[in-house]
This record gives sequence, C-alpha cells and structure tokens, in this order.
Amino acid sequence: MRVLACIKRVPIPGAKIPLTDDGTAVDDERLGHTVSPHEECAVEEAVRLVEAHGGTSTVLTVGPPDAEEQLRAAVSTGVDQAVLVPTDGADWDPQRTAAAVVAAIGELEQADGPFDLVLFGNESADAGGFQVGIRVAVALGRPMVQGIKEVEVDGDTVRVSRPTGTTSEVYELPLPACLGVREGLNLPRYPTMRGRLVSRKATIAEVTVDGPAGGQSLVALESPPEQEVETEVLGSGPEAIERVISVLEDLKVLT
Amino acid sequence: MIVVFVETTAGDDGDVLAGPSRQALTLARSLDDDVVAVAVDDGEVDLDEVAEDAGRYGAVQLHGAWHDLLDRYGPESWAAALDGLVEELAPGVVLAAGTERGGEVLAHVAARRDLPLVANVTHAEADDAGWRLQRVRWGGSLFEHTRLEAERVLLTVQPHAVDAVEVVDPAAAELVEHDVELDDVVARTRVVEEVVTSTGVSLATAPVVVGGGRGVGSAEGFADLERLAGLLGGAVGCSRVATNNGWRPHRDQVGQTGTAIAPTIYIACGISGAIQHWAGAKSAKHVLAINTDAEANMVARADWAVVGDLHQVVPALVAAIEAR
Repeated sequence: MRVLACIKRVPIPGAKIPLTDDGTAVDDERLGHTVSPHEECAVEEAVRLVEAHGGTSTVLTVGPPDAEEQLRAAVSTGVDQAVLVPTDGADWDPQRTAAAVVAAIGELEQADGPFDLVLFGNESADAGGFQVGIRVAVALGRPMVQGIKEVEVDGDTVRVSRPTGTTSEVYELPLPACLGVREGLNLPRYPTMRGRLVSRKATIAEVTVDGPAGGQSLVALESPPEQEVETEVLGSGPEAIERVISVLEDLKVLT
Repeated sequence: MIVVFVETTAGDDGDVLAGPSRQALTLARSLDDDVVAVAVDDGEVDLDEVAEDAGRYGAVQLHGAWHDLLDRYGPESWAAALDGLVEELAPGVVLAAGTERGGEVLAHVAARRDLPLVANVTHAEADDAGWRLQRVRWGGSLFEHTRLEAERVLLTVQPHAVDAVEVVDPAAAELVEHDVELDDVVARTRVVEEVVTSTGVSLATAPVVVGGGRGVGSAEGFADLERLAGLLGGAVGCSRVATNNGWRPHRDQVGQTGTAIAPTIYIACGISGAIQHWAGAKSAKHVLAINTDAEANMVARADWAVVGDLHQVVPALVAAIEAR
C-alpha cells in the first residue's frame, strides 16, 4: 500500500515562546525545530503500515527550505520518500496550505499511483487550525476522521478508533481515506545509525505548487499575561500534610 | 443572525447542553441579538429540553436536524446536515464550540464551501473592515490577533475562554424541526461501534486530578497517586515524560497534545511544568505542586506548594486521609 504522512516544521519552545520585535512571528532563531507529537505518530504509522502490508511510505511538508531537516528525520526512521513543497518562508493560511497539499498529492499520484492512506496530525503544534487535513480530504472526495489513536488496515477498509473520555468511537472507512491522528497512536521509534546515514544521502523531491490565500490574515502574536500567582509554601516534606488537608477541606474536595 | 451548532451531553446533573456549547451561545449573543441554535436529532436527546437550555443561554430558536443517518455521530453526515440548515437560514456567522466534534463538523462545513474557518477564538468583534479576532496558538500558550474577511464567518470558540452566562429573563427557544436531505456517501464516516474504555472518572471532567511526571520515576510509582486520586474522587493524569517512558497510557496525558483538564484542584507531583504540559492544565482552578525543586515552573504557577519528595509526601497524605 501507499501511505503519505503530512508534517509541519515548528520551533521547540522553552518555558516561554519568544516573539520577533514586530510581534508577528515566533522568534525561532535560537530555537531547535521539530514536528508536532501527533505528526511523529503519523510518520511512525506510515512506516509500520508499509512494514506490515508492503508498499511505500512518503512524507510531505509545505514549508521553508529548512523543513528539509524534518523530512530527513522522517527518512531516518524508515520513510521511503520525502517531498518538499517550498514556501517563501511565511506561514501559509489553512486554505492556501490545503490547496497546495491537494495539488502536490495530485502530482505525486499522477506519477506513482494513488495513496491508500493520507495521514495528518490532528492539529499543528503552533497554529493549531484543526482543518488542513479535513480540507484536503473534502477536496479529494475521500473519507476523513480526526482524533484517531488506533489504525488497523484490513483489505480495502481501515478500522480506526478515537477516544472520547470514557469511551472509544470506532469507524470503518473505505480506502482510499484520510486520517487526523493523535499522539498515543504508537510510540515513534528512534532513528538507527543506518537510518541516519540513509537520510543524509536521501533525495528530497520538490513539488512547486501553490494555492490562493484564504480570508484570514495574521495581525500580531501576543503572550498571554502571566497570571501572577503568589505561591504559598505549605511546608517541606510530610510535615506539610496537615496544611494540605485543610486546603483540600476548604476546597470541599475532601469532606 | 448567528447560528450556533450546539452539542448535547448525557451529564448526570441534568445538563442537556454541553458546557462549551453554552459558552459559544454566550459569545454569540455578545455579537448579535438574533442567535439561533442548531442541534442534530440523534433520536436519544430530547429536543424540547435542549430548546429550554438553549433559551437560557440566549438562543431564540433551536433548529433540529433529523435523518436516518444522523442517529450515530459522523463528521460528514453531521456536517452535511449543518451545512444544509446554514444554507437555508443564511446567517452571517456560524459558531461551534472548539471541541472534538464541534471543531471537526465546522471544519467540514468550511471545506465544503471553501470558506475560511478560524479555530479556537477567545474574542471577536466586527468593524467596517471586517472581523477582528483573537484566538489561541500553541494550545493556549500564545494569542493570535487576526483579521478575517469572508462572506460567511465560521468560528470555533476556545473552551473555557468565555464564561457561560444565562440571560436575565429566559424563555425556551422556539423548536423548529427539519427533515434534512443527505447524500448516502456520508454514511462512510459514521461511528460503527462505541466501546467503553474506562469506567472511572473522566480526566477531562474530574473535580480533582492527581498528576505525575518525571519525579514519579516508574509505573509502580503511580500506585500512591492512584490511591490519593481514589480517596478524593479524582483521576490520575501525567506528563509526556510518563507516557513516553511507558509508565502510563497516553489517555492519561495532560497537555497540549493530550487531555485538557479543568478540576477544582490539580495536584501536580514531580512535574516540572513545561509549556506544553501547562497548556492542558491551566484551566485548573487551583494548583498544588509537590516537588523537590522549589524553583520548578510548576511550583511558580501553583497556589500552594509542598517542597519535598513525592514518594514521602503522597503516602503520608494518603495515610492521613485514611486515618480520618
């Protein structure tokens, strides 16, 4: 089977997210980069599905040329092919991103045949628009469910489930299908030494496509006001227990 | 007119309308007097009760969508039903709560019509040039101010960002029922089965959450946290370190990519408080941190702290509660 995982390069924030002087972007010059934990699981699932069923796995990103780093990281954990849709460096809005992904999938499928599964992270770590995967699926006319934490391919069907608090909803989608997956779907592997070597030499294919800008335009980013909390230290070690109990009683969680 | 897609709940306390939907209705009526709710009639919910509840939060009408295929949730079928009613009612704005279903359904509606969708909005206002919105990024660790121009404005409302407020003189919303038309193809994404995975207290709604992080050190180390949570009628949560080490299942993870919690008190044991964890914990009304490091981020954010080893403090607390 052919499985595609779509990822997005994002900075790794520390205790606080630094902003550029004009306040319109995260100042990521001193930050490392990665992909969302959801997308790490999408990449891992693509590799596992191909290990179990045969075929090829592909990873795709819409992003700046530096996103090659995240594509190579995916290759180092076993993905067969990597595709970059280069942007000008700016963060595209969800409609434009989705249109570019749809166009890129069109080109890749024209060349090598359809993808049975297209996997997305449930939402990106930074923008968190919760929609690019759904827009792509609707444009392709394929079924799509978000929030997936179990995937099982059986013939031309994929059985998936998503947790909803105390229950799990099960869906059975006909292939080809799209899924928005969540962290917890699997435990992503670390790259092997050989994987690292392969990824360094891997060819990153480029597909240059674009879509029209959507109606949403970013004005500025802002760190939420830090809630000034006066921390009351109840004590050190077990001597604090009595005061902890009176706190719990005051809150009526202990009666 | 503003249409609000509302979700219902099988809450034990008699609540019919889900909390985040009440919050969305409250935001809606701050923007427009003409607020109309839309709900899917799954055959189990009593729409008269939903209409009464929606009226308490300012909806003047409740439109119920009925079709054979709507009895179980499906993103495509529910979105097709909402899309049909939106076309009929022709509102300027459509809102849903930024929940799993609310966000998913509205994203499908947006995709079907190629309209922009702004997710997880915390503040909205219109001016001559269009809409000025504030939304969250990074799971709430950053605000984004954004402008939106669209022939129809689609927004999801960030849960817990707006307090649900009842109207002063409530009247039940007028119930209008619709038989909607659906294309059979939408049946492909309906829920085929619902499996009960946990009979305990749900992490998302637990009144007390006892969380464990790196400091817990092992899967066995969570036994004391389980006991404490049991005594307080709460649930156990954990940080990403604990799930990555296989100490806890991922469903226990609190944070940006895990569960968002909103308990009366979050008892955070051996958790340093990385920004991604705090994104899921900050709706806790109170925080008690138990940590050996008095300088940890979690301690700085806590209302109360016990500086010490959780392996001594938690068992002592359990023993003291049991001895009462």
